[in-house]
Amino acid sequence: MPIKVMIPTPLRAYTGKKDSVELQARTVGEALAALTSEFSELRKHLYAEDGRLRSFVNVYLNDEDIRYLQKDKTALSDGDTISIVPSIAGGMQCTWCER
Amino acid sequence: MLRIREELSERIRQHGAKTYPHECCGALLGSDGNGGREVVEVVSLENQRSDSPRNRYSITPDDAREAEVAARRAGLDLIGWYHSHPDAPARPSDYDREHAWPWYSYVIVSVQERVPREMNSWRLADDRSHYDAEEIVIDTRANSAKSSA
Repeated sequence: MPIKVMIPTPLRAYTGKKDSVELQARTVGEALAALTSEFSELRKHLYAEDGRLRSFVNVYLNDEDIRYLQKDKTALSDGDTISIVPSIAGGMQCTWCER
Repeated sequence: MLRIREELSERIRQHGAKTYPHECCGALLGSDGNGGREVVEVVSLENQRSDSPRNRYSITPDDAREAEVAARRAGLDLIGWYHSHPDAPARPSDYDREHAWPWYSYVIVSVQERVPREMNSWRLADDRSHYDAEEIVIDTRANSAKSSA
């Protein structure tokens, strides 16, 4: 299915400054795999070393978070838009605090 | 280099003082060009880590999206984020690095016993192994003109 992946500003340096990429995929997982295959530098910023999406990387299919759909198995239709949306998080180093 | 008007720098510092002993957070809107970056507006945001605000901050995807929309409406870019470190240095932690995005400027202000102290800016390295320090230049000129993207 031809779909579009929207690239957030912090990742556009790795897509030749493109703010969107069109590709063919049947599921969200296939789309992200195709995206990181074409733009390999994206991979380390989207995925942790265990191969899972980093917790602060949110993926939306149209307006829905894929966590509430079928995650990477979510099926795609012609003209769908996948958006990669950052969560922003952090915090100080301290010896007394828990994560 | 990250340029910022003194009044905006002070706004970040005072946000950290106000939320002490909890971490504050917010968005940096401005421009990014060959001459470096400039912060034109700061947007204070709610720290969503109500479970651990003393040492953690979190900005929801919705708040991040709204900051992006606000930037676009103002003809600006969303160029980064700020947060405070209560009674800790203005230096990114491993937790900061693990959760960071490339390209953004991350401004951290150290707030010691409610008093804002040093403020630094950082950019995540491409390989995610460390941050590079980004020089902050405070524009102290009164009525300095605002730049646009």
